[in-house]
Amino acid sequence: MNLTLYVWRQKGTAEQGRLEQYEARDISHEMSFLEMLDVVNDGLIREGKDPIAFDHDCREGICGMCSQVINGIPHGPQERTTVCQLHMRHFKDGDSIYIEPWRAKAFPVVKDLIVDRSSLDRIIEAGGYTSAHTGGVPDANAILIPKPDADTAMDAAECIGCGACVAACPNGSAMLFTSAKVTHLAMLPQGRVEAARRVCLMTEAMQREGFGNCSNHYECQAACPKGIRVQFIAKLNREFIKARAR
Amino acid sequence: MILDGKCPPGPLAEKWDRRRQEMRLVNPANKRKYKIIVVGTGLAGASAAASLGELGYNVEAFCYQDSPRRAHSIAAQGGINAAKNYPNDGDSIFRLFYDTVKGGDFRAREANVYRLAQVSANIIDQCVAQGVPFARDYAGYLDNRSFGGAQVSRTFYARGQTGQQLLLGAYSALIRQVAAGSVKLFPRTEMLDLVLVNGEAKGITVRDLITGDVRSHAADAVCLCTGGYSNVFCLSTNAMGCNVTATYRAYKKGAFFANPCYTQIHPTCIPASGDYQSKLTLMSESLRNDGRVWAPKKKGDKRPPHEIPEEDRDYYLERKYPSYGNLAPRDISSRAAKEVCDEDRGVGSSGYGVYLDFADAIKRLGEAKIRERYGNLFEMYERITGEDAYRQPMRMYPAPHYTMGGLWVDYDLQSNIPGLYVLGEANFSDHGANRLGASALMQGLADGYFIIPYTIADYLAGAKPGAVTADHPEFGKSRQEVAEQTKRLLSINGEKTVNDFHRELGRIMWEDVGMARSEQSLNHALKSIPVLRAEFWQNVRVPGSGAELNQEIEKAGRVADFLEFGELLARDALMRNESCGGHFRVEHQMPDGEAKRDDENYCYVAAWEFKGANREPELHKEPLAFETVHLAVRSYK
Repeated sequence: MNLTLYVWRQKGTAEQGRLEQYEARDISHEMSFLEMLDVVNDGLIREGKDPIAFDHDCREGICGMCSQVINGIPHGPQERTTVCQLHMRHFKDGDSIYIEPWRAKAFPVVKDLIVDRSSLDRIIEAGGYTSAHTGGVPDANAILIPKPDADTAMDAAECIGCGACVAACPNGSAMLFTSAKVTHLAMLPQGRVEAARRVCLMTEAMQREGFGNCSNHYECQAACPKGIRVQFIAKLNREFIKARAR
Repeated sequence: MILDGKCPPGPLAEKWDRRRQEMRLVNPANKRKYKIIVVGTGLAGASAAASLGELGYNVEAFCYQDSPRRAHSIAAQGGINAAKNYPNDGDSIFRLFYDTVKGGDFRAREANVYRLAQVSANIIDQCVAQGVPFARDYAGYLDNRSFGGAQVSRTFYARGQTGQQLLLGAYSALIRQVAAGSVKLFPRTEMLDLVLVNGEAKGITVRDLITGDVRSHAADAVCLCTGGYSNVFCLSTNAMGCNVTATYRAYKKGAFFANPCYTQIHPTCIPASGDYQSKLTLMSESLRNDGRVWAPKKKGDKRPPHEIPEEDRDYYLERKYPSYGNLAPRDISSRAAKEVCDEDRGVGSSGYGVYLDFADAIKRLGEAKIRERYGNLFEMYERITGEDAYRQPMRMYPAPHYTMGGLWVDYDLQSNIPGLYVLGEANFSDHGANRLGASALMQGLADGYFIIPYTIADYLAGAKPGAVTADHPEFGKSRQEVAEQTKRLLSINGEKTVNDFHRELGRIMWEDVGMARSEQSLNHALKSIPVLRAEFWQNVRVPGSGAELNQEIEKAGRVADFLEFGELLARDALMRNESCGGHFRVEHQMPDGEAKRDDENYCYVAAWEFKGANREPELHKEPLAFETVHLAVRSYK
């Protein structure tokens, strides 16, 4: 099939960006979306043009590196699927496809479709861990965890930190991301010890980094490739209020 | 030269205690005066940087991704082994050790493997303390599953995302040290050279992938935790950015590269669909716990799977290996799949595939149970192929997945260059000629959490802290070399893209140096690779400049190294005139097609020394002494 692409091109953070048009010819429906871009890029290189810069690495939907807004939707039209796992069978011949970077105040564009997401690392740095030193920990089975709690913790821990939730949110909020880590650790006895301090510090970091607040649009949940649920935001709020009331 | 692995003397079970007793320590107040560079932030790198930071060392951690949380350890699905014996099914440290040595086809160092089994239990404790949400039973205890090459259930798992959860655990420990100020992070930074001063590793030269700046970082010791080199095959299960550059450039600076021919082809990957294919996706080996592998009995049988009756199906793993069945080790399963396809009994449009069928398991356990165990893997399969594996069998084919070879290290994980330590997949030490499932995660974390914190102190205690700074002339020389290579790559302006060359190299490697190697195929590779390499340096086109974010220049540097390294791999495979584990020479097989080792002549580690650009590398041997394990024919029947 043949497609028309409109791709965001921007040389650097301080430069002005714009959409540019490209033709993608003879695309197989078995290709992944990024393989389609590889083909376009190899064509651009042969023509002596600058290829489109985009983040990607594992190409199996787990590293969280890929980050493109496709036709207005972070990670594109297929639910619970990262860009790298999106396949061309979901498009048809003659389609126009708009490809843009994550857009949020806390994610400045680095080049083309690449953004700076180090703000997410800094939220984790504020307290997204248990303070367990290497060595000197109890036997793994000394800490019993009810299966439903362990399962909820795992549901939250599945977050890949891609930032689609932020890109989807009209407020550019990182509440889903932050709540996933807060919930993961708050569900486990090992994480309870520092739960109150953690939720306050991570919430502060979120605000400091320029992320907005949640106003219940639920766009984040719709865009999340891992199915992280907004219930975790409720959990974050509850943990926060409990911590502040102490 | 005969290499010495410096394994401590004495009974196997006491070697690690003994070594720890002998090693020198660094006084707590002095630790902060030492700077340690850690390259790579996967399981080995993140756990090492975190643990060294906790001890008080001044650590700098580098990764090419935008965040340390994205290293490729994250993609490991199945699980992590540990000799906890929680199920009371007969496991022990010795059994895990024995299984690993046997699985590696008796080509690993006994003392290293025993230590790995010893610390395996601590890893699980550590991860649980970090909040890694391992699977649990209804009583709240940890759950275990079985895995290839073992008859006990010793594998801990977190749904189908064990690598992700372990890496996020290690990442959180690392980022805690970043907050504490003991670790400084350098994401989007790629190591392009190792710097030696007076023969010792004292720093690295890196390229800032955003600005293109080439910088030097000096330190008192360097740890390479940069993973494996499966991408030399172009198509592999590795992430797109995985490369051999850090270890290969260390090799060019004098570090020995050991057993490069030990590569593992994983039996259960989704078959390729076309020439544009950029990577192959692995489906966890744990699927083989409940899935049955089969192919049609008849050649060229193109009927859809549900129309092929039981009597026309060949469950070839169950037939050939009745006691291990579908859980036969990876190398054996991969070759069996290739044989079936070579006999024209393969499935799918390309004919390069076999079925992995869950129909029986769904009948026995119900779809809900299968969904609970493998739900995310089935979803992943459907996303890529558009097929529903609850209704029809998956199609699978082997793909390069893991590399057992790597830089040579001694018992302390120190390479032959003083001050250069190599951890995780990047070293060669623990898996011999073949790695068992769920052992990579174990090794990465063992090296980082529980071995390097002890062994590096022994070296640092004898080194004056901060003796070398980045204004030493060796650093300037190194930066200049790196800048020159970049300039040269940009100036060629040829006709073919970097991807074109990488794909072509991959084809040579897969055809000639892949699952079945012969003297003829290896000589063919040794002829073709230099030709391709010469063409690369005359005809590659790398657009843009070096002073900006330029993904093509990053890729070009990595492919340039693969074009040299592929030759070393083929040379090692040619030299090793025996079959063992993942290295299969068609000339050496048992009557039933199993790998036939030659213990008399090849029971050694092959460590290669770089001798200059167009000169043959020199082979050094480390004889493998088996004091405890009796060398035996590896049988999984």
